[in-house]
Amino acid sequence: MGRFKITKQDTFIDMTPMSDVMVLLLTFFMLTATFVKEEPVKVNAPGSVSEVKIPTTKLLTIFIEKNGKVFLNLDSPAAMRRVANALNEKQGAEVISDINEFAQVPMFGTPLDQVNAWLKLEDRNGYLAKNPNAGVPCDSVNDELKVWVRAAVEALGEDSIRIAIKADKTTPYKNVKYVINSLRSEHQNRYNLITSLSGAED
Amino acid sequence: MAKQVKSKQKKMNARVDFTPMVDMIMLLVTFFMLCTSLLKPQAMQLSMPSDKEDQQDEQRSQAKASEAVTILAAPGDRIFYFEGKAENAAQTIVETKYGKDGIRAFLLQKNAKAQAEVEKLKKEFEVRDINEESKKEYNERLSEIKSAKGTPTVIIKINDDASFNNMMKILDEMLICNIGKYVIDNFSEADKELLATKGVQLAH
Repeated sequence: MGRFKITKQDTFIDMTPMSDVMVLLLTFFMLTATFVKEEPVKVNAPGSVSEVKIPTTKLLTIFIEKNGKVFLNLDSPAAMRRVANALNEKQGAEVISDINEFAQVPMFGTPLDQVNAWLKLEDRNGYLAKNPNAGVPCDSVNDELKVWVRAAVEALGEDSIRIAIKADKTTPYKNVKYVINSLRSEHQNRYNLITSLSGAED
Repeated sequence: MAKQVKSKQKKMNARVDFTPMVDMIMLLVTFFMLCTSLLKPQAMQLSMPSDKEDQQDEQRSQAKASEAVTILAAPGDRIFYFEGKAENAAQTIVETKYGKDGIRAFLLQKNAKAQAEVEKLKKEFEVRDINEESKKEYNERLSEIKSAKGTPTVIIKINDDASFNNMMKILDEMLICNIGKYVIDNFSEADKELLATKGVQLAH
């Protein structure tokens, strides 16, 4: 009598090649990683064909949101600290009393006399995004951007500081002009306009 | 001792189960994929003339009437240009549009000589090795071509209510058309009146 012999199949799958590939992928992602920076205020940069990379150190980024509010950020907490110190010294007052707290914020932008109150807030980013009083004042009447830029130039060094401007596609040119004018009055004449890459076709 | 106890080596299974490891790595990969941006943001370099008045005047006087092109950006993505002196602008002003068939076609034709030379330069460097030195030479020669005599000087005037996107698009055209000499100037009352003749009502 012939009996069916059920061949016992091994259910053990060799995972080694898979883990090899995975480790490769992981290494790739780890090495190319630049972490997404938290941006409380959404800014959609326009496309451009320019392929210049922005510098990553000693960078002062000026955000101009679509209603023209101006925010600032620096590349590292250490730079934030230095700028805060320089600002306090320049103003001769405790404009920023809690420097450690200030060093951790991803983006800032309030009138100078409100910085301390803003740092104490629970929902700082929400304030920047929603409050109409947020944003560094930057017009011909009250130009506090100058004060910040002066402090940043002093803290980061006149020759090594790089200024980047990130404005929304729909920001009126007027607001960009105000920012550029106040930078020019501080003798800063070279900027990197942050864009997203796009082809030349459209 | 009758029988030597043979040391019976236990056969160990050398296979290690990699499944937990793969699980973990998968998680890590997912984390990195979601939390990183691979694309570094690009930037466009812009140099404004210094705020010192004397330099500005010098730059302005460089723009010869025959080589000058003035681009006016109005709100609503409208764009105009005229050649030559501002006095005759009312007759020569033309409305165009952004992009390939509009302003770019005009600028390319205006800058045809430099454009041809840039193409030649690109061809020449295509066959050469890419290293620091050749890059430097390339850039030097490129800027030489761009600022050579006879290339147009573009004066860009952007209305207050035009968008930042308009500005970037115009600056992009400068890059695409290899125009080396351009300057962003103030949008004056005269420009406003000029556009009014073209039926553009401007608030600022």
